[in-house]
Amino acid sequence: MINEDYIAEARNVVKIYGKNKAEATKMMTEGLDKDEVYRKTGAAVALWDVSFKVRRKEIFVIIGLSGSGKSTIIRCFNQLLKPTSGTILFEGQNVEKLKGNELLNLRRDKVSMVFQNFGLLTHRSVIDNVAYGLEVRGIPKSERFEKAQDFIKMVGLEGWEDKPIATLSGGMKQRVGIARALVNSPDMLLMDEPFSALDPLVRREMQFELLSIQRKLEKTIIFITHDINEAFKLGDRVAIMHNGRIIQSGTPEEMSTNPADDYVRNFIEGADMSMVLRVKHVMFRPQCIVRENVSPANAVMEMRENQVSSAYAVGDDMKFMGVVTLDDAIRARQEKLPLFSVLTKNIPVTGEEVLLKDIIQKAADARFPIAVVGERGKLKGIVSRASVLSSLA
Amino acid sequence: MEFLYKFPESLQIGSGEAIDVAVKAFSRNNRETLGLIKSAIIASINSINSLLEAIPWPVMILVVAYLGWRVSKKLYVGPMYAAMLFFVGMCGLWDNMLETISMVIVAVFLSVIMGFPLGIIVAMSKRTSTIVRPILDLMQTMPAFVYLVPAVILFSPGKTPALIATTIYAVVPMVRMTNLGIVHVDKEMVEAASSFGSTKMQLLAKVQIPQALPSIMAGINQTIMMAMSMVVTCALIGANGLGMEILLATNRTEMGKALMPGIAIVIIAIILDRLTQGMVKKEAVSE
Repeated sequence: MINEDYIAEARNVVKIYGKNKAEATKMMTEGLDKDEVYRKTGAAVALWDVSFKVRRKEIFVIIGLSGSGKSTIIRCFNQLLKPTSGTILFEGQNVEKLKGNELLNLRRDKVSMVFQNFGLLTHRSVIDNVAYGLEVRGIPKSERFEKAQDFIKMVGLEGWEDKPIATLSGGMKQRVGIARALVNSPDMLLMDEPFSALDPLVRREMQFELLSIQRKLEKTIIFITHDINEAFKLGDRVAIMHNGRIIQSGTPEEMSTNPADDYVRNFIEGADMSMVLRVKHVMFRPQCIVRENVSPANAVMEMRENQVSSAYAVGDDMKFMGVVTLDDAIRARQEKLPLFSVLTKNIPVTGEEVLLKDIIQKAADARFPIAVVGERGKLKGIVSRASVLSSLA
Repeated sequence: MEFLYKFPESLQIGSGEAIDVAVKAFSRNNRETLGLIKSAIIASINSINSLLEAIPWPVMILVVAYLGWRVSKKLYVGPMYAAMLFFVGMCGLWDNMLETISMVIVAVFLSVIMGFPLGIIVAMSKRTSTIVRPILDLMQTMPAFVYLVPAVILFSPGKTPALIATTIYAVVPMVRMTNLGIVHVDKEMVEAASSFGSTKMQLLAKVQIPQALPSIMAGINQTIMMAMSMVVTCALIGANGLGMEILLATNRTEMGKALMPGIAIVIIAIILDRLTQGMVKKEAVSE
């Protein structure tokens, strides 16, 4: 079931830096390239007509290279940057219209942010950093420290409360950043390349932890990254940005099976597809299917016609029974054995929705293509060893 | 062709007589206010001076030695400072030294209470910055003597014009370093603090000023050094203290008598510089 409960939305957001904004807008509307617009007007178009909706409790990943506008758009959601035109909605409310205290309250209670280089207050201890969001709300020290303590525990930094920030490793610093963002119990987290400054091992660990925190707390997260693997691993839905526009958005599967253009395709080529693709994306119908109750001679003929050396045998209702090889079928014909007695039965099977990464081992060991079966053992198709292993590249 | 090599007299303006007249008129018209300012300044210098005089000299030496050791963490520094101060006393310049120091203290105090907020305002507002920056450049490059004249016209020779001139001279690094410190606070840190809903004042008090503290402390250090050098120059307009001793000795061409207070000034400058710099470093480390 598709969740249609949207918490936030960007609607035709445009951000232009520099003078001559009006002129630049006009040129962009006429369809000029943003580099050309910059040359002619000196105005830099950071975002152009960006629209997307974020569902409640999902991780929405925006991916793009540097200069694509991804950090700009995320800052519009808490008004660290104000769009030149267009609207940002949060819970149906135009955040740009928020005045003074209302904006402070949005930032204090509803939306918090995690930064690429952590943005920690280096003159404060760990717990004083985590409690910062509570401090600006005027919550007394003992109460805010108690609450901060819970989140320090959640991110696994117990015992580090009073340590200065400078003594922490990169991964620990970002844990502080995450705890600090969670302490206000916001509805939405904005994460601006939170793991990009970390080394790969720590990054993987943090991704895992983010997912488990997300499962526990069920926050809505807008997550920025330039790493396609990270995007596909974390994102319920992913949007690709290029030159200040969103070129495609959708689930990782949709995107990888159906890229909108070459740019997206190139981007996705870098991805480890086994993380995204499921069996159903690579399976195909076997060329030769025989019913198990036909005669061996019939089976041999079928295989000859299709020029294959093995056939998938099914029972009633397409129930998968096993594989019969040409050699075995010929032997059965000579020895007058029924076909079902010569079936090779220990064929690995899998389901349609299984991720390719989960059947890599099976595929590597298999002598025959893996059979894909549905309800009541119904044969849906087969997955060749080659198509599984090639998705790894 | 002669007019090309000699700037025509008809194009020359008067050499600032109009300014002279204006300053004098201002002085006449605001005698009461100026008098009030003058007595306030004299009173504060005198009270600081009597406070310093109330400290027995051995206690002063011990305190400085202790601070020197605390700040530098080196054993020999304490006795060294003590010996240096003792030498000033031996030269018969203890009271002159206190006089000079009390003027420095008041000038630095005024510079800090004016320069610190101004530095913050300059850092926050681009418009103020475009106005204030050239003025600061002007204040810093203008020869210090130029301040002395109007100060004397307004307050008549003595400690007051000396202090005003010193403050104008010494406030510049305070403004600059405060401004610099705040402008250079990590951008992401400021973004982070804002993103959690800090008001402008919270941002300033909880993030920007603490982060700028090492730079601000360096500003105070420079302010002290500049005040120190200016206070000596101010002997020219009748400020008592070590500078006056040098001036008198120079007028009488007495080499030795000029040298002793000169050395005393160097000693005080070194001690003040090291003590305040040590505090700067301590701040930087705790970051």
